[in-house]
Amino acid sequence: MAPDVTASPTPCFRVIDDDGSVVLPEGADFGEPVEVVARRLYRDMALARRFDQEAFALQRQGELALWLLCQGQEAAQAGSIRALRDSDFVFPSYREHVAAIARGVTPEEMLPLWRGTAHSGWAPEAHHFHIYTLVLATQMLHAVGYAMGVQLDRSDEVVLVYVGDGAMSEGDASEALNWAATAALPIVFLCQNNAWAISTPNAKQFKAPLHERARGFGLDAHFVDGNDALAVNLVVLQAVDRVRAGGPPAFIEAATYRIGGHSTSDDPKRYRSDAEVAAWLERDPIPRLRRAMERAAFADVDFFADVDREGDRLGARVRAACLALEPVPLSSVMRNTFVTETLALQREREEHEEFQGTFA
Amino acid sequence: MTTLNLGKALNEGLRAALASDPKVVLMGEDIGTLGGVFRITDGLASEFGADRVRDTPLSESAIVGTAIGLALRGYRPVCEIQFDGFVYPAFDQIVAHLAKMRARTNGRVSLPVTIRIPFGGGIKAIEHHSESNEAYFAHTSGLRVVVCSSPGSAYDMLRAAIASDDPVIFYEPKRLYWDREDVNLSRDAAAGVLDTAAVLRNGTDVTVVTYGASVRLALAAADIAQGEGRSLEVIDLRSLSPIDTDTVNASVRKTGRAVVLHEAPTFLGLGSEVAAAISHDCFYSLEAPVERVGGYNIPYPHSRIEDEYLPDVDRLLDAVDRTFEG
Repeated sequence: MAPDVTASPTPCFRVIDDDGSVVLPEGADFGEPVEVVARRLYRDMALARRFDQEAFALQRQGELALWLLCQGQEAAQAGSIRALRDSDFVFPSYREHVAAIARGVTPEEMLPLWRGTAHSGWAPEAHHFHIYTLVLATQMLHAVGYAMGVQLDRSDEVVLVYVGDGAMSEGDASEALNWAATAALPIVFLCQNNAWAISTPNAKQFKAPLHERARGFGLDAHFVDGNDALAVNLVVLQAVDRVRAGGPPAFIEAATYRIGGHSTSDDPKRYRSDAEVAAWLERDPIPRLRRAMERAAFADVDFFADVDREGDRLGARVRAACLALEPVPLSSVMRNTFVTETLALQREREEHEEFQGTFA
Repeated sequence: MTTLNLGKALNEGLRAALASDPKVVLMGEDIGTLGGVFRITDGLASEFGADRVRDTPLSESAIVGTAIGLALRGYRPVCEIQFDGFVYPAFDQIVAHLAKMRARTNGRVSLPVTIRIPFGGGIKAIEHHSESNEAYFAHTSGLRVVVCSSPGSAYDMLRAAIASDDPVIFYEPKRLYWDREDVNLSRDAAAGVLDTAAVLRNGTDVTVVTYGASVRLALAAADIAQGEGRSLEVIDLRSLSPIDTDTVNASVRKTGRAVVLHEAPTFLGLGSEVAAAISHDCFYSLEAPVERVGGYNIPYPHSRIEDEYLPDVDRLLDAVDRTFEG
């Protein structure tokens, strides 16, 4: 079933209404012209969609072991990542491809995890973007700890951590919200409620709406239409501003929908109806923003054609990067398990290398 | 030299670490105002401030999880887990994240986190307060697991653990917190104490390999054995991962006999690994099978009978005798 946005006493904030008009609230301030913001968000989403499609195809062709589609969730990610400064550190879960690409993660860096050539592909410090975390909600505590460091440093950075609706049932999620609120840390929790935790719907995960729960922990909680990139951007911009100014940590629940399966190994037809998916496809965030932009004359046809061409180039690059990836050798894993290699591990490595050498 | 008990030596080690590196942050339950339930952090919050000696919410997973985040930010956190039996809520953060981050990032990220755990029995505690769970962590690649056994080793090893760029599980034998000896507080952290076993008593007949609170037991047994004409060599492993097999092997090649001793159940305990290493590396020097002495394979029993469960001098000497049979 779809998330029931009417179940919460808090209205779900949006700016793109049913007929595609952009209706900004009084005093809405993106810090730059809304059409500039819209073009950036559209480009982020469209490029990530193209990346997603290419990676999905590569998995089906046996080139990737697994891929997790973010199709349908692009607005929640683009709107939030673009509300931050580049120096604000981000902790993703594992489906934040839009955010990763916006932070400069390249195809060569994104694909090793999924191709099985390494467990991660990028240096977190290079993009102020931590590696993906597959053990649900654990990264929330890493983000909280990082925010403790920001606070100790008296820095005005803000930390943002992505989490999903299913992960919110983990104990670490509650520990993280409680700790962040108690220590008044500079952190924003961005929860993409995509309705399904693999096959388990919201109704089997929690009773109280997630943003209501977060409010109970003492966070500045908000509920936003996660398929409305402009709405997400505005809500997160405002939340980040408040946190940066010393306000309490924020929690933003973005109501969205996972159009594809949980992963390329999933078969969502076993647990949800085609009609449900079709209804959400009507609210696909990319055409939705495009219609709004066309209606408001935020961009012309050349803009959209340029983005399409850029997407095609990215798709080709994704494919080439994937096929060129070589696995990190086992001896490198052995060398990189400790900063200071132990004598015991050094001996294991040398034995292994010597043994491998006998086949040369 | 200063005469200190083991708990105070740890306190001095933490004080020295806080004073010498502004990135060192202590975190744990009740470690600030109270000074910890064993008073290991006594006085440190008032000396270094509540930001650096932090009373945390009652959340073990979060203590370790946020320490990981602090380390990612460039800090050097030292976590206190209040008792051995309370570390399990943090197990995932330790084994899935703390231990693996360096390898998962191909060496791009290091996590210099120390986790202090008071461990072991013999203090007549109620359940969940007397456990020896070191084998779980020693089995996890990416962690260093060390155990101190005296005020001097406590001070030196804690300094070295905090200075280590790799994560360290630091076990404190709580039964020995009140043992006293002279400690040299002027020494700098020496990395070697995290890698090497220490031969605490030279002997010629049997090698006793042990760690933690059992070290005191082994030394007492060696005194008794001496009176009976048997010379025991006592090795304090100090590091359970990695294990200094060179020191152990050199001793066993000399004595030809070995007994491994610890409080944890012998089944898949550290002693199994040590015995396997000795059997492989010293096979042609051995006069007898390697003996193991440890806890039985049951949950740690209630305190009124714990002395029957815990290895004691008699069980150790009985095992020593067995190495002379046949």
